[in-house]
Amino acid sequence: MPGTRPRPALLRTLATPRGAAVAAGLLLLALVTAFGPALLGDAADTRDLAARQQGASLAHPFGTDDLGRDLLARVLVATRLSVLLALGATAISVVGGAVVGIVAAVLPAALRRAVNALVDILLSFPWLLLALFFSVIWGTTATGAMLAVGFAGVPVFARLVSTLAASVAGTEYVHAARMLGSAPLRTARVHLLPNVLPPLLVNAAAHASVSLLSFAALSFLGLGVQAPAYDWGRLLNEGARRIYVDPMAAVGPGLAIVLTGVLLALLGEVLSEGGRRRGRAGGRPPRAGTGVAPAVADDAPVVDVRDLRVAFAAEDGSLVERVHGVDLRVAPREVVGLVGESGSGKSVTAMAVAGLLGPDARVRAERLVFRGIDMTRPPSPAERTRLGLEQTMIFQDPLSSLNPSLTVGRQLTEVTEVHARTLRAAARARALAALERVRVPEAARRLRQLPHELSGGMRQRVMIATGLMVTPRLIVADEPTTALDVTVQRQVLGALRGAQRETGAAILLISHDIALVSGFCDRVVVMRSGRVVEELDPRRWQDATHPYTRGLIACVPDMTTDRTRPLPVVEPEAPDDAAPALDPGATDRSGRTGPPARPGRPGRPTRKGVPA
Amino acid sequence: MSELELRGVTVRYGHGARAQTAVDAVDLTVRPGTTHGLVGESGSGKSTLARAAVGLVRPTAGQVFLGRVDVTGPSRYARRTRRRVQMVFQDPMSALDPRLPVGLSVAEGLLATGRRTSRADREARVTALLDRVQIDPRRAGDLPGAFSGGQRQRITIARALAAEPEVLVADEITSALDVSVQGVVLNLIRDLQADLALTVLFISHNLAVVRYVSDDVSVMRAGRVVEHGPAERVLADPADPYTRELLRSIPVMGQPLVLADA
Amino acid sequence: MTLPSPALEATTPAGPPAGPAGRAGLAAHPRLAFVLARLARALVSLVLVLLAAFFLVHLVPGDPVRAALGPTVSPETVEALRQQLGLDRPLGAQLGHYVTGLVTGDLGTSVTSQRPVATILLERLPATLTLAGLSFLLAAVGAFPVGVATAVSARGGRRRGLDLVVSGVLGVLVAVPGFLLAVLLVSVFGVTLGALPPAGWGTPAHAVLPVVALAAGPLAYLARIVHVEMLRVLDEPYLTTARSKRLPAATLYLRHALPNIVGAALTAGGVVLVGLVAGTVLVETVFVIPGIGSTIVSSISAKDYPLIQGVVLVYAVLVLVANLLVDLALAVLDPRSTVAEA
Repeated sequence: MPGTRPRPALLRTLATPRGAAVAAGLLLLALVTAFGPALLGDAADTRDLAARQQGASLAHPFGTDDLGRDLLARVLVATRLSVLLALGATAISVVGGAVVGIVAAVLPAALRRAVNALVDILLSFPWLLLALFFSVIWGTTATGAMLAVGFAGVPVFARLVSTLAASVAGTEYVHAARMLGSAPLRTARVHLLPNVLPPLLVNAAAHASVSLLSFAALSFLGLGVQAPAYDWGRLLNEGARRIYVDPMAAVGPGLAIVLTGVLLALLGEVLSEGGRRRGRAGGRPPRAGTGVAPAVADDAPVVDVRDLRVAFAAEDGSLVERVHGVDLRVAPREVVGLVGESGSGKSVTAMAVAGLLGPDARVRAERLVFRGIDMTRPPSPAERTRLGLEQTMIFQDPLSSLNPSLTVGRQLTEVTEVHARTLRAAARARALAALERVRVPEAARRLRQLPHELSGGMRQRVMIATGLMVTPRLIVADEPTTALDVTVQRQVLGALRGAQRETGAAILLISHDIALVSGFCDRVVVMRSGRVVEELDPRRWQDATHPYTRGLIACVPDMTTDRTRPLPVVEPEAPDDAAPALDPGATDRSGRTGPPARPGRPGRPTRKGVPA
Repeated sequence: MSELELRGVTVRYGHGARAQTAVDAVDLTVRPGTTHGLVGESGSGKSTLARAAVGLVRPTAGQVFLGRVDVTGPSRYARRTRRRVQMVFQDPMSALDPRLPVGLSVAEGLLATGRRTSRADREARVTALLDRVQIDPRRAGDLPGAFSGGQRQRITIARALAAEPEVLVADEITSALDVSVQGVVLNLIRDLQADLALTVLFISHNLAVVRYVSDDVSVMRAGRVVEHGPAERVLADPADPYTRELLRSIPVMGQPLVLADA
Repeated sequence: MTLPSPALEATTPAGPPAGPAGRAGLAAHPRLAFVLARLARALVSLVLVLLAAFFLVHLVPGDPVRAALGPTVSPETVEALRQQLGLDRPLGAQLGHYVTGLVTGDLGTSVTSQRPVATILLERLPATLTLAGLSFLLAAVGAFPVGVATAVSARGGRRRGLDLVVSGVLGVLVAVPGFLLAVLLVSVFGVTLGALPPAGWGTPAHAVLPVVALAAGPLAYLARIVHVEMLRVLDEPYLTTARSKRLPAATLYLRHALPNIVGAALTAGGVVLVGLVAGTVLVETVFVIPGIGSTIVSSISAKDYPLIQGVVLVYAVLVLVANLLVDLALAVLDPRSTVAEA
């Protein structure tokens, strides 16, 4: 079929410094393995009794052994045996593991459980004990040791293969294939194998490193390769006996073992990471604010943002700006909605207002002020206290935004305990009252429970109750109901509205749902691609002028949408940002608007990648 | 055109004290050539019911009929007939094999027709199908990762169409998409339904979306259908309190949310 | 103020059931179920280990007695040893004898030294246990500060230089096998500097080099796990919640972050502990420590089967006990992991 194939990941990986280093190391290792014995075999075997047991010198960098043979040459020659034995053992582990894993997969359930339990038990024993056990059976020879090390690794790969196969077999695309009548063998060939093999190879590379070290250990103990043959472990064994005289005799082979082991381990890492590099962070604004922010007049805006720009480090180290000059003001007690699709920058803007962007974000603004506190620099201790008491946050997924290992009570009380120096008992009483006010049933019992013991709606109420523990001037709610059912959404928003009325806080509500925002907020701010497109009075939404706003309103069906006509479609953003947006029947060409979303999850509105 | 009928379908997971009934004796009929909307919240059993309809889940009790043919059992005939019911999944990311070019994924759908086809025929068919869902056929060799969420969902729809289904089951196919992309996919489903005279079971938690595409509606809760009937009638004059609660909870553009209890 | 009632929500629970009500038997006590399941597994493992140790001799290809004595010994001597080992009796009788022996503490007699195996093992066990225990202590105590500090300082790509150096050092320490490090330590501190005894056992000074050699790799491994887990937790939404409360750094890291890496750290700690038990074999050989580790090596070389059986058994039991200890610790310190499994 025609089409452009993406550049293979392997090539891209090789282009990184680490990938290139690993490739060069592998090439060198292969060359020494292939030609070492032929080129240096003589030097390694030539006895020179006059020069026996010498230390390191120019002629003999690693010194000489009991019979005056050059140790450097012997280390290089031993490469072949060491590497081949390690690869052989790895092959036994991988093939044996694959066989056990596959056989287990086709066995009846009871037998499969038995095999898995046995693999579990074997896995709980360290490889060295298994290898020692097997070497008793197969004898203290090179082949025996290879079998021993190989079989000791079988459980590892049996587990890996069955885990990988199970994870692929559970995917929707395998279900789809089954539904389409794909025969089991075809499914295995087309879907299972291509998705299981790459991770298997990655692990095999890493395991080769383990095999090499295991083998060295066995030979070192005298249970592997026997004289006159020699591998690195055996050379190390001989060198260690002379360690009081000449350390180089032991260090030489040791170096070879470590370097090769690290090389193979790195190979595994490079293959699995695909050479992904971590982005470099932008500079941080210097110095913490000093002193206390001036007292703020009650009618001054709670949030005052002018020309906010936020950039993040991209994969290649460059900075990508994702919020391009946003202005935003929130008055006291005002409920402002921030609406946009994924990549619109609404969450980033909110996190910048709260001063909670991670160290990889670079924030610049003409003004970024929360009640007199400049949020572009780290706050002073006094400002931290004020922020702790005057700002509260509610996030999309109430399960992951509550700490799974702390009780609900502890998470509610800690803010007042830390910032208002409330005593434990008083804070607890207050938490109880807060939970009751957001209508969490059996509040006293909930205080002692962990978050996973509550339902989704209840967890979000707990987050709202956190706001009732203090005297918030601003509640930032980032998609607070997106993970919830509509009926629960209504109840949670009711609790949020109640909390706002009670505390007199302003609310900044971030959502992708313009209807929801229009029904809850005093003012709606529409964002697209890091810019504010339009501000809207929800009671007069018909007056919306910007084509994107109008498109966003029209493209979502509601209970009155004309069913006989196709839905209007929002045009993907044109480069000049002036294209008409209402175009019934038009197609979605890019499926995604604005600048590149954060890597990994394009086109998904759930779980924003906001760094925290 | 075929009718899809679920008769007394029950799906139970687990054994003994831990057993949970996901779907509880559900009767549901999708009239030939119409779209039947199935609404419910998380845990209502609507996705399990969809999986039972296409044979990915074996019902504990009850039968699934396609045009009066029982397609529930493991018999060869049932399995073959069942392939005329196809499903589009919720998450377009995991519904496509990340290492298989999308053209081959679509071609996989041709398996279900049971016909032996030449390579040229297959490619022509894939080109036509991708074109039908407005994906550039020249990109058939690209991997799924090169496409946006909305595009991927249209590719999975093309794969389902390749099977030449009589019934299409769409399980929350827009809930992982941005709202502006949702409209495109909904329009596509409506067009296809009309052009190919498909029988569609459309599952969603979003009442407004279901209303827009459906002729009939069933409302599910805790494994049971609490209300069903023509979409206009059910949504204009719901009989069940749960349906009323659902309706009341939907945000409407420009109207303050009803946050107080009724 | 009117807030909506949660009545509707209560009937459609979104999470796991919020209490033991309605659940029968062990399902109500996931922690207990977890511990019982692990105990059962340990028991099954023990039976398998006993059988493996017993059949070890029978799995050796050819005649194990002839292999032990070499080709030059007379058939009469071979027959005598076979009788001493009980290998001339039927398999069932051998197994019966073996099991009764285990119960009465009789593990047979060493072929090379002609002393009871149980006596030899009891003599040598303390050195091995001391070595493994001290090394585990060092690894566990050292890994946490290193892992946490590097993770906190490196979060979000800050201080890349320091991060690279630390992760490089840890990476090399993980890759260098314990016995190699042991050889290096002997060479540097034992021989060149002469600061510490290079071999032997008995005084605290004798323990320093073996313990360091044995603990360095596991320490680095554990520190890397702590580092990675800490980085993961620091990016969790609940840590953003904690930051939004502007809690002091100590509270943030100690109360909010640390408890959430306990499960992973304990599991890794189990791997480390078991690996340490096995690592004693190599380190004891390098430092000539009279423990069961050096015993297993010499007995395998000498094909002293009764002694091999005894040492294999002791090592296997040590591993089982180590695994069980970790499981119990998990059940106490990280109840969620046990819930997930049950």
